[in-house]
Amino acid sequence: MNLLKKQIPITIAFLTGIFMWWQYYIPHHSIQNIYNIMISWELIIAGFALVVGIYSLLHHHANKIRRKTPQWGFSVVVYIAMFAMVINGFYSKQNGFGDPQNILMGGNFQWMFNYIQVPMQATMFSLLAFYIVSAAYRSFRARTKEATILLITAVIVMMGRVPLGEVIFGPKLPEFTEWILKTPSMAAQRGILLGVGLAIVATSLRIIFGIERTYMGGGAD
Amino acid sequence: MTFFDKMLKIDRRWIYLLVALAVIIPLLNPIGLPITITEPAQDIFDYMDKLPEGANVLIAIDFDPSSKPELDPMLRALFRHCFSKRLHMVVVTLWPAGAALGEDAVATVVGEFNSFYKEELADPDKGSAFVQEKYGVVKEGDEDYLVSGVDYSYLGFKPGSALVVLGLGDSFTKTYPTDYSGNQTTNQEIFKNLKSLSDLDFMMDIAAGATVEMWITYGKERFKFDMGAGCTAVSATQYYPFLNSGQILGLLGGLKGAAEYEKMVLTAGYWHKPGPATQGMDAQSIVHTMTAIIVIFTNIFFLMQRTRRKEEE
Amino acid sequence: MEITIHSAITFAQIIPERLQVEGPYSPGWTWFGIWLAAVFTLSMYSFLYKDNPVFKFGEHMYVGISVGYYICLTWFNIMRPNLFDKIIGDPGFYWYLVFPGILGVMMLFRFSRSLSWVSRYPLAYYVAAGAGLAIPAIIQAYILAQMHSTFNPLWVSDLTVVELFTQKDVMKEVLVNFFTQIVIFVGVLSVLIYFFFSLEHRGAVGRISQVGIWFLMITFGASFGYTVMARISLLIGRMQFILGDWLGLKLG
Repeated sequence: MNLLKKQIPITIAFLTGIFMWWQYYIPHHSIQNIYNIMISWELIIAGFALVVGIYSLLHHHANKIRRKTPQWGFSVVVYIAMFAMVINGFYSKQNGFGDPQNILMGGNFQWMFNYIQVPMQATMFSLLAFYIVSAAYRSFRARTKEATILLITAVIVMMGRVPLGEVIFGPKLPEFTEWILKTPSMAAQRGILLGVGLAIVATSLRIIFGIERTYMGGGAD
Repeated sequence: MTFFDKMLKIDRRWIYLLVALAVIIPLLNPIGLPITITEPAQDIFDYMDKLPEGANVLIAIDFDPSSKPELDPMLRALFRHCFSKRLHMVVVTLWPAGAALGEDAVATVVGEFNSFYKEELADPDKGSAFVQEKYGVVKEGDEDYLVSGVDYSYLGFKPGSALVVLGLGDSFTKTYPTDYSGNQTTNQEIFKNLKSLSDLDFMMDIAAGATVEMWITYGKERFKFDMGAGCTAVSATQYYPFLNSGQILGLLGGLKGAAEYEKMVLTAGYWHKPGPATQGMDAQSIVHTMTAIIVIFTNIFFLMQRTRRKEEE
Repeated sequence: MEITIHSAITFAQIIPERLQVEGPYSPGWTWFGIWLAAVFTLSMYSFLYKDNPVFKFGEHMYVGISVGYYICLTWFNIMRPNLFDKIIGDPGFYWYLVFPGILGVMMLFRFSRSLSWVSRYPLAYYVAAGAGLAIPAIIQAYILAQMHSTFNPLWVSDLTVVELFTQKDVMKEVLVNFFTQIVIFVGVLSVLIYFFFSLEHRGAVGRISQVGIWFLMITFGASFGYTVMARISLLIGRMQFILGDWLGLKLG
């Protein structure tokens, strides 16, 4: 059973990873044809990964309703809203059932997206505007030399990136801000990027050679 | 409690109220502060402006409603620039929520162009000669100026991010057998000269996350097309290394980047009124100034408080 | 009949003139949509005062709408055109798509307690393929290209130093480039040394790491400044909707 549960998946990972890595260096059409087929397979598997995510969320709320946990009524709201969206996406009087035109502009599906999903998602994230200014007021303190450098740079960039900064301090401020972004800040970001790149390569090698297996999850060992 | 202690312990809801007022008042009473164009934004505009008529441009809508206020104005300004230059535009999205956002933006901008075209064609003071000069074509009867599948194609969403980019590098029509409306892409005229990413003249990624790096890594480096990026302000600093190395030609960062592009499109005559990003820059200026003042003064109060405590000890 | 016409006229009168235009939706639906969006927006903002049932209702409504949206998108944009239409439309040519379909279904076994190991097969294929694709791509884009542009020439002029003194503009450009390249090189090197934790940060390594920390503080400060811009932009967008679209006030 260990063969089916562990050894074969690791072997699949190894063979797939090695092929996908080395195809980059072999432009021969036979290898590239196999590569293109494998990419098209992966696109379909990625679609099923979305299905996994959707099921997971619905299962969580179904459990809350079944067990009548506190505030389970809100989980009923989730299901009602979901069904409303699905019905409008799959059916319309004009186009009937299952027509892709149902999700286009002018239909109920797009209406619900524009007037319910967009405002709510946008508003949830716009709450952060209040929190960031409040956080800057309560905790942004120049306790050390390093924090002072951070603070001064933040103020320069905040003022240099808006028209009022140029009006108050002249055209040199936006130019200096641009220099900060293009030179010292860019240098640090490049250092981080190089480190991240090496880490990605190292982790990818660990996955291909079966050292890193946490992605497999599910089941014993 | 000293004055400094009191100033450092103000209820946060007063701060929230200040922020709200700092946004609302400039929106209702605009100051009209001038917007200067930065070099990374100008580079993108200049490159797009030099593309010949019929050039193939790919635009990726990689954001969701949480970044809409920053990136949607940028996107619409870009669409207006493309359609005014009569470029062939293909639009994809790698974010699920971006699909409906893209449908909204494409349908709205295309609708605007088509209705302006019809109005100007029917206007007795303008007519066919004017329309031929401005739009480059006079269409018969009730035909739309911009036709899906000919002038543009909105392909919608596919999952897999890097896989989609690699798939597009092989073939647009195999990766997207149908467009967002369900029409077969193999029958569309726009894909006759645009088989894969290697046939692109320019690519622009409007992104809220790390998709710019992904388009560079799996797209630009492998299939050798020119690209630019528009991003939220949060992620703008991390794309400067790619700008410096020439992997992206230019960068539009946040609402300021969107306002800059709107201004360039307006100045060039491709659109007739300022957009929402330009409207928002006054409020942005006021809130930034307010935040900077808050940060400076709280640190002054903090230093005074620390000095006083040291003296008491 | 008379009541219906009266209701229609009354209803039409409360729709503002700015909405009485042709659009993708009728003025009535647009007006109702704007009001619904405004109510949901304000219910979300009620959280600033404190957590409350109105906010929770809006939050769960949003989750439900999102799930419904993803279900429709998954079917119309992925499953139908890439899998089912092809297999059903031309089974003779696309028969091989049954295999990725089976792999996809195997992924759903993740939710079974006894058979969750079945999901390891498609996951191993998917994750390892991503890892294999990443290696050459990341080496090219992140490492080689970035290192290449770190080692740019310090002196970018064919003129001699004496000739440069006679052309002040060119000299200014050359000196600025020289200084910039030095700063970039020192910055990249010092940050990389800071992140090398296998060496103790003492002596020369410690001093170079300290320089790296200063460069990192500059970039974090710049990021913070930009983050403030990003968050405020989101609030500006919502206020433009509330004041402009909902209340109909003139902006800008």
